[in-house]
Amino acid sequence: MIKTDILIIGAGPVGLFTVFEAGLMKLRCHLIDAIAQPGGQLSEIYPKKPIYDIPGFPSVLAGDLVNNLVEQAAPFNPGYTLGERADTITKLDDGNFVVTTSKGTQHQAPVVMIAGGLGSFEPRRPLIENLGDFEGKGVEYIVREPQSFLGNDIVISGGGDSALDWAIYFANEGSNPVTLVHRSDRFRAHKDSVQKAHELQEQGKLQLITHGEVTALKGDDQLSEIEITVNKNEVKTIKTDYWLPLFGLSPKLGPIGNWGLEIEKNAIVVDTFDYQTNIPGIFAIGDVNTYAGKLKLILCGFHEATLAVQTAYKIIHPEKKFTMKYTTVQGIQGFEEKETPVLI
Amino acid sequence: MKDVTITVIDREGESHELIAPTDMNMNLMEVCKSYELPVEGTCGGMAMCASCQVYVLSEEHIGERNDNEEAMLSEAFYVKDNSRLGCQINMVEDLNGLTVELAPESE
Repeated sequence: MIKTDILIIGAGPVGLFTVFEAGLMKLRCHLIDAIAQPGGQLSEIYPKKPIYDIPGFPSVLAGDLVNNLVEQAAPFNPGYTLGERADTITKLDDGNFVVTTSKGTQHQAPVVMIAGGLGSFEPRRPLIENLGDFEGKGVEYIVREPQSFLGNDIVISGGGDSALDWAIYFANEGSNPVTLVHRSDRFRAHKDSVQKAHELQEQGKLQLITHGEVTALKGDDQLSEIEITVNKNEVKTIKTDYWLPLFGLSPKLGPIGNWGLEIEKNAIVVDTFDYQTNIPGIFAIGDVNTYAGKLKLILCGFHEATLAVQTAYKIIHPEKKFTMKYTTVQGIQGFEEKETPVLI
Repeated sequence: MKDVTITVIDREGESHELIAPTDMNMNLMEVCKSYELPVEGTCGGMAMCASCQVYVLSEEHIGERNDNEEAMLSEAFYVKDNSRLGCQINMVEDLNGLTVELAPESE
């Protein structure tokens, strides 16, 4: 069991900034996120895009903003549970909450701060009728252990970085040729990757099928063949062991929707006094919440986080009187390494 | 600068008349959101998610897809020949009278 003061669901910009604000008040934090890296949408969707509405930064790349927020939080030694989705929550008799992830990791804290953005990112599933029959039986959305795919025939679909990067990886590492199917001849992926894919095609290591789309899956129990429709009318059937449809990730509110929180339009209703939800001790900040006048902006999330930790402090230390401090007076006092939340 | 009137048909088939300014540098995704229509705009208007996909029903009003939009639509679902990304359609006076339909949300 991981124990901390504030358990933050979502390691996006708002979750990361919560660590800083909580740290100023000597509160410890632990972050949980379904994706394997901090930054949320900023890392997952647009790391190389500039953001222009962060006060004090005329322009900052999303990836750089995340790096800065991680650095700003670092003195307060937050714990991270990454690559695991927060699935269930229970309340103990002593008032503490226990949050369990998709991998069974348990976390305990008196305050839960949901900074889940638009939800957890899940792979976008293509529209093929019997897709469900082959998921985990040849259809894979995430490459967790690339070694285990080597020596097999692989077909990859998509035109973004993830599709191209894996096509190039398997073309170089694997003994069998790789097929990359894309609906257009234009790719979203980085230009260098597209050029590399064309080079691998010339070397016979990669078969590139543009203006093509996987339209049917076949096999007894395990995937063995796929049908590719090219130029909307020509149908090819090819044998394959794996199909990796890599069409990106889309956010889903997911299990949080079943936590007994008041939900309106796919967002959690909060009181704007302190961004607490209908369950005392559970807060919702950033894009995941809603209230009259809500704007889904990073800077509004920062403000919400700052106010929410004031009430969090009162819940965690009801006996203490806290007076807000300015960082300009004494700077930042981080936590010593030994004080980090311990695994019990 | 005049305001333009745009008709948006939602996923239930209901028609909404939106009046949009042309001097606020807004795009169709943002206009739909300001009218609280169910358009997500996950990526914030960077042609990187296709959650603002619309079908253009009155083609005479509108230009061609740009390269980023074309690339994103080549990976999106429910794409038709008249698909566009709302975030790539800037509000200009020529759009007065435009009619679009919201594409289904992908799973």
